[in-house]
Amino acid sequence: MSGVHDHHGSAEMTRRVDALVARLAHRGLVTDAAIAETIESFLTHAKPSNGFRIVARAWSDDAFRARLLDDANAAVAELGIDLSHWAPVTLRVVENTADVHNMIVCTLCSCYPIALLGPSPAWYKSAEYRARAVSEPRAVLAEFGVELPERTRIRVWDSTSEMRYLVLPRRPAGSDGLDEQRLATLVTRNGLIGTALV
Amino acid sequence: MERPHDLGGKPGFGAIDVAEAAEPFHNEWEARVFAINRLLLAAGRYTLDEFRDAIERLEPHVYADASYYERWLLAIEGMTVEPASEAER
Repeated sequence: MSGVHDHHGSAEMTRRVDALVARLAHRGLVTDAAIAETIESFLTHAKPSNGFRIVARAWSDDAFRARLLDDANAAVAELGIDLSHWAPVTLRVVENTADVHNMIVCTLCSCYPIALLGPSPAWYKSAEYRARAVSEPRAVLAEFGVELPERTRIRVWDSTSEMRYLVLPRRPAGSDGLDEQRLATLVTRNGLIGTALV
Repeated sequence: MERPHDLGGKPGFGAIDVAEAAEPFHNEWEARVFAINRLLLAAGRYTLDEFRDAIERLEPHVYADASYYERWLLAIEGMTVEPASEAER
């Protein structure tokens, strides 16, 4: 790069991707239609509402919750949610309690339960989060506005391409009697990463 | 050789920008890079481990300066160079 171009600039990046696509299309490896279809299908299926449904069911059904904590892949399949990634992944659900708060990170890259939460937020992929989540999780949580009692233990799970985690938040007080659909509206994406309480 | 990606516990990093983007991809080109990677993985052109390795092999200053999907693009570009054009480099 000469430095004349801002290579983070959108126009320059678009030109590079155009060149890559042309090269790969010439070899019969991709088409514009296949690229568009892949984006569309991904954005349709990989949504945080999948994760919200899982949590709402776990809060409503103790037997499901037990299965979810024991074998998350099988429990998620019960709900008809497609967990497929590029390669087989093991999903582990970790439960917040009065004594333990869980949060997830990928220190090496950006591994994330993308099928259940949709594309990951920029901060999850940032060097700051990746470096600090494991060394000073309490300070990191404070930046997200989460303050936990001193006695609460914080457990940080470092994801890999084969092993992904999802946090099961504590059911909020005052949510008794709500059905699964209503419960699902209480859950947030950050709650399932552990950077929010719910 | 130390690789640039192993960030867990590294000191010297500041506050996290917790702001949320409205869209999952900031630019159209990012979504296209994402899709190209899926298609090449599905076609068996390389494996997920090879893809990660290609990112982790980037020069530390390149890795640090590149945006997230630019790292992906650099990795894919590097893994799909044909022998002839490689010789020209």
